[in-house]
Amino acid sequence: MKIQQISLFVENKPGHIAAPARLLAQEGVDIRALYLADTQQYGILRMIVSDCQKAAGILEAHGFVAKVTEVLAVEVADHPGGLADVVGALEGTGINIEYMYAFPCRRGEEAILIFRFADPDAAIAHMETAGINLLESNELLNL
Amino acid sequence: MNSILETGVTDCHPASLPDYVPVSELRDLQLSRLQSVVTRAWRQVKLFRSRMDERGLAPEDIRLLEDIAKLPFTQKSDLRDTYPFGLFASPMKDVVRLHASSGTTGKPIVVAYTKEDVEVWTSVVVRCLAGCGLNRGDIVQVAYGYGLFTGGLGAHYGAEGLGAAVVPTSGGNADRQIMLMKDFGVTAMCCTPTYFLHLIERAAELGVEMKELSLRAGVFGAEPWSESLRQHIERASGIEAFDIYGLSEIIGPGVGCECRRHQGLHIFEDHFYPEIVDPATGTPLPDGDEGELVLTTLSKQAIPMIRYRTRDITALLPGRCDCGRTLRRIGRIGRRSDDMLIIRGVNVFPSQVESALLEIEGVLPHYQILLTRQQGLDQMEVQIEVTPQMFNDKIGALQRLHERLQGALDHVLGIRVRVALVEAHSLERSEGKAKRVIDRRTL
Repeated sequence: MKIQQISLFVENKPGHIAAPARLLAQEGVDIRALYLADTQQYGILRMIVSDCQKAAGILEAHGFVAKVTEVLAVEVADHPGGLADVVGALEGTGINIEYMYAFPCRRGEEAILIFRFADPDAAIAHMETAGINLLESNELLNL
Repeated sequence: MNSILETGVTDCHPASLPDYVPVSELRDLQLSRLQSVVTRAWRQVKLFRSRMDERGLAPEDIRLLEDIAKLPFTQKSDLRDTYPFGLFASPMKDVVRLHASSGTTGKPIVVAYTKEDVEVWTSVVVRCLAGCGLNRGDIVQVAYGYGLFTGGLGAHYGAEGLGAAVVPTSGGNADRQIMLMKDFGVTAMCCTPTYFLHLIERAAELGVEMKELSLRAGVFGAEPWSESLRQHIERASGIEAFDIYGLSEIIGPGVGCECRRHQGLHIFEDHFYPEIVDPATGTPLPDGDEGELVLTTLSKQAIPMIRYRTRDITALLPGRCDCGRTLRRIGRIGRRSDDMLIIRGVNVFPSQVESALLEIEGVLPHYQILLTRQQGLDQMEVQIEVTPQMFNDKIGALQRLHERLQGALDHVLGIRVRVALVEAHSLERSEGKAKRVIDRRTL
């Protein structure tokens, strides 16, 4: 259920995404999803990649500060209301989404939502009860 | 005696008269005061007495002024090590004021004044201001910080003692400072030179033409400043800029000041005896040689300072000043013998930054201090490399960390600094030893 995501600290300056992107490319690591959270001074580059442990090893070896965390991936129909149904299932449960991002699926009919929860197990329980389709890591990477 | 008339001292406080006593009289006074301050410190201050004992010295061994070289030095760490009251020579019932300045470990350095000490302090600042040509009728705006820092209250008492009208604005709020300068017809400013530079720039932005104000003198101190900055200030504002020198450990502002000849700073040596020593060996150096200024308080009651190592590098200027004062002069201070940074008049040590960082994370990240000058004000940025322990994938957590670091640094340093979180390994490392301070301040 839980998906590994790699997060990277980057300064908010021109060219600062290029170096890690190039490193991952050289080692054949495929970036499946990416989200950049930023402030004026710095940002956090969050990625779901084909091999998270390998990516973390490469980046750390090159002096980057990286952190692997667990997120949840939800597949929803890519039409109006798709997101509302999922977050609606969490309403009233007291479960807080720490952050989330979304990307369309290659097939074009579904979208993938990535969630970071403080308590992922509680979130899984509520989502499963609501019949929400949580993706396994291999499902996500093979989409 | 034209010079007395010129500086207006006949019109102000009689304390200005010692500026002109014949040298032989001054030396006799210094010797008798030195003997009594040494006796007092030896009787009252344990640390001083034990250091005298180690050298087999007693107060009676001070027979000539030159014998001062036999006495042990005092340094900033002595104040820190005996925090808070260990160097007091007066009981608390005689103390009327306590001030404190930042120390290297986060503990402040405490200084105390008896009623007599405050009177001496006032009298020397009166002599400073009189030497700058100020007098009763002048309106003096004091924009040094009021509080534990000695700058504000020291200048305030002196200006008031002179009989001038004091506008105690303290630091900050440039727009209001400028409004009051203009509306009150302020004739003299007391602040740090960089703060005045900031006021000049702000006034220009506000469309206030400083040259058209009544302001005619600036008494600037609490940080080293260059001759080129003086020229810049004088050209830009049309005032006469004076360098005032002092340090809390000795008394605060008023240890010495320029007169209108601007040929060095007269030391009020009837109260503060100056020596220049080799900073490495402590050996006294002859007049004219550059070295570390060492000061002995000749009349201080609460905390007598015997041969205090100021860490300020200067020289005792040979010869007599054209103004007629018999007081010796030191050259303007351009640098210090230690790594202390003076930022907006506040003492900052790189080690304070380290202790603040350690407090927050328990590990010491690589950091660098970047000093710049923006609109005439010194800016300090502490760049901190984000370590794996500090990093979090949530923006909010990083922002909280940022705020904690900011708070700890502000608290320990006592000034507002900019904190920048930077990528690991992005700061320069030179030959294993970290280059902690990058000073890009110009003018």
